[in-house]
Amino acid sequence: MLRKELLLQWRTRAQFMAVFVFGAASLLLFSFAIGPNSVALRTFSAGFLWLGLLLSSTLTLSESFHAEMENRALEGLLLIPTSPQAIYYAKTIANWLQLALLGIALVPVMVVLYDAGPQSIGRLLLVILLGSAGLSAPGTLYAGMTAQLRAKQTLLPLLFFPLIVPALLASVKATSLAVLGDPMDQGRSWITLLSAFVAIYWSLCGLLFGRVIEE
Amino acid sequence: MEFAVDVRGVSRRYGRRWALAEVSLAVPTGAVAMIAGSNGSGKSTLLRILATAIRPDLGDALVGGFSVKKEREDVRRLTALLSHYSYLYEALNARENLSLFGDPNAVLARVGLAARAEDPISSYSAGMRKRLSFARVLLQQPKVVLLDEPYGQLDPEGFRLVDEVVSELRGKATIVMATHQVERVGKFADVKFELAQGRLR
Repeated sequence: MLRKELLLQWRTRAQFMAVFVFGAASLLLFSFAIGPNSVALRTFSAGFLWLGLLLSSTLTLSESFHAEMENRALEGLLLIPTSPQAIYYAKTIANWLQLALLGIALVPVMVVLYDAGPQSIGRLLLVILLGSAGLSAPGTLYAGMTAQLRAKQTLLPLLFFPLIVPALLASVKATSLAVLGDPMDQGRSWITLLSAFVAIYWSLCGLLFGRVIEE
Repeated sequence: MEFAVDVRGVSRRYGRRWALAEVSLAVPTGAVAMIAGSNGSGKSTLLRILATAIRPDLGDALVGGFSVKKEREDVRRLTALLSHYSYLYEALNARENLSLFGDPNAVLARVGLAARAEDPISSYSAGMRKRLSFARVLLQQPKVVLLDEPYGQLDPEGFRLVDEVVSELRGKATIVMATHQVERVGKFADVKFELAQGRLR
């Protein structure tokens, strides 16, 4: 299953570039909102990085079910039978990898536009990995849920955004500390909190997936 | 007599329209069953219920003794559905598509697509897609084969392929075939049913 997901992503890799450009354009527009205030730009850089990644994620998550719905391939897999959990986790891991790559690719854009060179690059990468895992688990569930609906592009963010607020908050805080410096080592507790949310999302969404995709 | 498929008062509606209304029929194990009927008569709906792709609103059906409502996983292990939908990934090639279901080499040759195995599905004609879907059904090695209009979009060679495969499977698996090719299938079908406006005629 995972091989299939990675193959599908590889064959549609041109779309990744389009989503990256969208994310980078979002960061650019946010920087215009702040204006030429380098302190403010640096202070808000983490929040804008995650907003850019969040907006881009709705595109990749929604698109990840396009191939499944085109010829009802997902129904074909379920009828083999394949465990819905196997389908879900393969797709979630593939989405996670894509979002993590996107997040990492957006870091240089953030550094240039917001003058926000990170104090701890290792911690920043760890937060991006965890935060994108936090986005991909509920995002894949909701993308699967809305894939067959006409209003999927509208419904996905409506359902998805409220649910990931806690993980997003922890990601922004931990990223901000990795960028601005963390003399009190507060980042560790935010990363622990983020890890807890990721564990909850991954286990709960995996359990629910079978119920939302079966008729 | 043992029945591989036992449909008991199955009804199914889409919105307000009943696509199937209180249909009951039984197919003996190892038999070839033909379901005839005009477009919209409920043939595909019945096969999709038997494959557990959709649920009946009323009634139940047993496939291999398992309920399509309550024992869906068991039914799925026994059945394979050749549907109107190809169940194929456009971005993958034929070999990659079939690899999800098992080792594709033998069946690709069987359906005459070995030479095009590395081509993406998006470059396939409708008939080739049908052949590939047929290969998927064979790869699943089902005990109950559900074929929804298997001759559709095929060339004369494809027609012969379907006839040969059905003949090979006869006795080893139970075959339920929804088709408009009444004369062709009627010659070798063991049991015949006709649906009209969702009801068994």
